[in-house]
Amino acid sequence: MTQPAIKHHLTDALLMAYSAGTLPEAFSLTVATHISMCDECRARLASFDTVGGTLLDRSEAVEMGADSLAATMALIRAGAPVEKPAPRRASHDLPAPLRDYVGGDLQGVRWRSVGMGVKQAILPTSRDATARLLYIPAGASVPDHGHRGTELTLVLQGAFVDEVDHFGPGDIEVANEDLSHTPVADIGADCICLAATDAPLRFRSIMPRLAQPFLRI
Amino acid sequence: MTSKNGTTRQIENEDWVACIARIRDTQDEVAFARLFAHFAPRVKAFLMRSGADSTLAEECTQEVMSALWQKAHMFDPARASAATWIFTIARNRKIDALRKQRRPEPEQLPWGQDPEPDQADVLALQQESDQLGDAIAALPEKQRVLIEKAYFGDLSHSEIAEQTGLPLGTIKSRIRLALDRLRHAMK
Repeated sequence: MTQPAIKHHLTDALLMAYSAGTLPEAFSLTVATHISMCDECRARLASFDTVGGTLLDRSEAVEMGADSLAATMALIRAGAPVEKPAPRRASHDLPAPLRDYVGGDLQGVRWRSVGMGVKQAILPTSRDATARLLYIPAGASVPDHGHRGTELTLVLQGAFVDEVDHFGPGDIEVANEDLSHTPVADIGADCICLAATDAPLRFRSIMPRLAQPFLRI
Repeated sequence: MTSKNGTTRQIENEDWVACIARIRDTQDEVAFARLFAHFAPRVKAFLMRSGADSTLAEECTQEVMSALWQKAHMFDPARASAATWIFTIARNRKIDALRKQRRPEPEQLPWGQDPEPDQADVLALQQESDQLGDAIAALPEKQRVLIEKAYFGDLSHSEIAEQTGLPLGTIKSRIRLALDRLRHAMK
């Protein structure tokens, strides 16, 4: 799944929060999917995990219960050893963390139309943030919108262009409330993205705003 | 943070790696008891700082330590120190038990040809982890406290802002400074 030329990577803040385990599930899914496609961010994550490990190793200890070790040994005897995960098999068109949420590859996605040829599929995550797959036909655009919170947009296939830059497969755009943008799918191919938001998007024109509660975007 | 000299730590790190190998190869309960004595009280402290009460933290710690035994064959000392590996197991348990959320994990890299990692790689990785520990200990107090809160307080940056009364911008820039220092120390 590794792509040759990823230009837009995860921020330190996102990697650190993913390592610490404090991100909403929808964001963790997007971070894990990007890392599955990006060796550079995988290596950076390892550094952040090492920070966590070091802090753990050198932290103050609290007292354990009197029979704690014996209770743990009993748990161990009751449990079965964990199997090593099998090596990767056939090629897939979605990275592993995303397949777990979709229930398979792209052909298994249940798309819903949101108009202008754009389709979406909301993924089942905890409610503190929303993750969705977006399907944008070549040359089409997602309506101009601003953000109240943070929006992560990860390109899975194709590419999009907005006011900031050109985003190809594996690239992730981290947008906050300062950015209002109109992503347009590259003319060459349909674009499929994974997008995560921790607050509803704000559309600039009246129609999408009315539609917002129905579309959950 | 407790202070120990570098050599002691180096020996300790290699020792933990050897303990996990003994659990994997011979189900060595003595090796497990040693790992337990060092790491279980720290995992429990981590879970309590993340908001678990003492009973829940004790229960989760036993689960984390038993997972260490069950997954001993998956530990790769060329990729992580024992402390880092145990941290990731404890963190995942925290998300599951305390936050009641799933933890999406990146796709596993395909397994290499040789099952035994190269000893030079193992040594280098363990030394780097140790160096990073010293660099964290050497951070200015204000920066180190924020890094600890970010990992162990289960707080987002804006929640840290509320708790400490510091503006969000200050927190972000202190964490950025801390990360810059750590990167510099690792060069």
